[in-house]
Amino acid sequence: MSITYLEAIREAQAKLLRDDKRVFIYGQDVGGSFGGAFKATKGLAKEFPGRVLNAPISEDAMVGTAIGAALEGMRPIVEMQFADFSSIALNQILNNAGTHYWRTNIPVPITVRLPSGGTKGSGPFHSQSMESLYAHYPGLIVMTPATVEDAYTMLIDAVAIDDPVVYCEHKYLYYHLKADGLPNDGMPVGRARIVRTGRDLTIVSYSAMLHESLSAAEQIAKEGFEIEVIDLRTVKPLDTATVLASVARTGRLLAVGESFPWGGVTAEVIARVATEGFHLLDAAPARVNAKDTPIPYHPNLWSTHRPSAKLIATKARQLLRE
Amino acid sequence: MLQTARPKKKSQPKAPAHEKYLEAFRWMLLTRTFEEKLASMYRGGRITGGVYIGKGQEAVSVACGIFLQKGDIFAPLIRDQAGRSAFGEPLVDVARTYLGSRAGPMRGRDGNIHRGKPRDGQLAMISHLGAMVSVVVGSLMAKRGRGERNFIGLTTIGEGGMQTGATHEGMNIAAVEHAPLVVVATNNHYAYSTPNDREFACANLVDRARGYGFEGYELDGTDLAQCLDVIGSAVKRARAGRPPQLVVASILRLAGHGEHDDFSYVTDDIRKEPFAIDCLQRAEAFIKERELADAETLQRWREQAAEEVENAFSAAQSEPVPSGDDEDWSAISRRDLVDEIGEGGSS
Repeated sequence: MSITYLEAIREAQAKLLRDDKRVFIYGQDVGGSFGGAFKATKGLAKEFPGRVLNAPISEDAMVGTAIGAALEGMRPIVEMQFADFSSIALNQILNNAGTHYWRTNIPVPITVRLPSGGTKGSGPFHSQSMESLYAHYPGLIVMTPATVEDAYTMLIDAVAIDDPVVYCEHKYLYYHLKADGLPNDGMPVGRARIVRTGRDLTIVSYSAMLHESLSAAEQIAKEGFEIEVIDLRTVKPLDTATVLASVARTGRLLAVGESFPWGGVTAEVIARVATEGFHLLDAAPARVNAKDTPIPYHPNLWSTHRPSAKLIATKARQLLRE
Repeated sequence: MLQTARPKKKSQPKAPAHEKYLEAFRWMLLTRTFEEKLASMYRGGRITGGVYIGKGQEAVSVACGIFLQKGDIFAPLIRDQAGRSAFGEPLVDVARTYLGSRAGPMRGRDGNIHRGKPRDGQLAMISHLGAMVSVVVGSLMAKRGRGERNFIGLTTIGEGGMQTGATHEGMNIAAVEHAPLVVVATNNHYAYSTPNDREFACANLVDRARGYGFEGYELDGTDLAQCLDVIGSAVKRARAGRPPQLVVASILRLAGHGEHDDFSYVTDDIRKEPFAIDCLQRAEAFIKERELADAETLQRWREQAAEEVENAFSAAQSEPVPSGDDEDWSAISRRDLVDEIGEGGSS
């Protein structure tokens, strides 16, 4: 059996709906026979009547509704049609869900699914990676699964967590990634995974950038360097200990992320290593991000805007020379 | 068919039972007494941050809380002390929140009117107007999903808050989900300092009800009898499964946006409008005119209100306030998932 990243997300939701009566899915076009813009809920409305509900084009109210339901004991999953549109719901996610536990001592167990990241031709408003923005605010857990297995187990984890979770699923991985089957258990939430071991340089990545980073590591392996590649899995909490331990072995750090460069996950990784592990570094840490412009439409522009294995490899070679 | 009904100009709403009227009056009196004390403490520098009172809005507000039952959801806003009290919020919790007591519902982490007890159906508002409308809808959907019956939700908004996208999305989704919801919108004629003509351009805010699929009603918010009648009826209709209800009340805010605001922007002309009448004074005059309570009783109620207010502040003032050093600085309940960024929030 072969299963894609997208199918894993669907299967996780099917399991959640089957196992937990508190779960329902709310979002644009998720219900009926349509099953979502990307088909992540295909067939679920029929299998679970009344629990997979189409919502109006009202991202703010979708999340507000989920918050209210969560306060009454439900475990809502909100599907944003594209991560980009969650900007309309920022107020509910950040100011309502994100502050609620702190203010009232009552957590808000909502999961907001964000189909994230770039694909060819999607342009400025259907390509964004918003994990850095959500991670900046207190009160949220931000997941960025990079594998089929993690897409499955982390979504199940997300719904089980009493606090609000922003689950960033990468659209580029929807069909590109396949696994032989789905695991029963995953790694603990908040723990990064060392995907490839190495002694010369640590690349810290997550989501689709894991695969670009692995590809870069493969290229450079032919040149005699062994690169360690870490998948953060969740960007908040950020597994600083695993990153520091890796840098202690390699002495060099390259942080890679697809979101915009200013103040994002990569900046945070470097800040932590520089402040807590400066003595471990043999060279100045570096990072690769998307460019500081809106995300372009034409594939030629998009493939340059987005960090690629080639760019990551170039940056890694520079670091290895220092 | 959905109707946007308006009371005919000359018709008088049926006065509700005198007992309800007097009960409501006493909540209004308690609120006015409490908020006068709050304002005085603010002027004396004894309250940090802002003080936001509902002077002139007590009749509308009390009618929002007084018909709610256990199991209902109430999402009040900043001028709803009367309604909060009528729905069961202990006055000491209000004093605790303003003074930042650790024993209060917000434990010094949030203040003034940003308070609630969600487990008791009292949602804790955020400052972003309109955000609570959809939250109430979600709570009602969950209750319906669990098979609960005979519950409603009531949330309040002002004419200023009615202009936000969140209110629009929330009201629309309420109707789409057939939520048993009452939205009470009070037009106090100013969004902070901005008058109605710079807030909206429709002829009448209640006309929006039909557009959303609500039933809409208007009332004179200075008249307690009308507030109880119209809002009480809307609550009954929502409980009976009618479409969501919008009630638009007209008043003048008889204080600043907060106590820091001298509301000098309120024109002399508008102060002479019928909607500028003080609802509490009007209710008291009504009680005297109808001889629903004698002067001695009214005086006793005043004294009892003053005593209750003193007790609330006295209790809250004796309680410990939070300490930055002892605080549990965790914004999530899962302590094992707290991001360890380093002491003091910096690495």
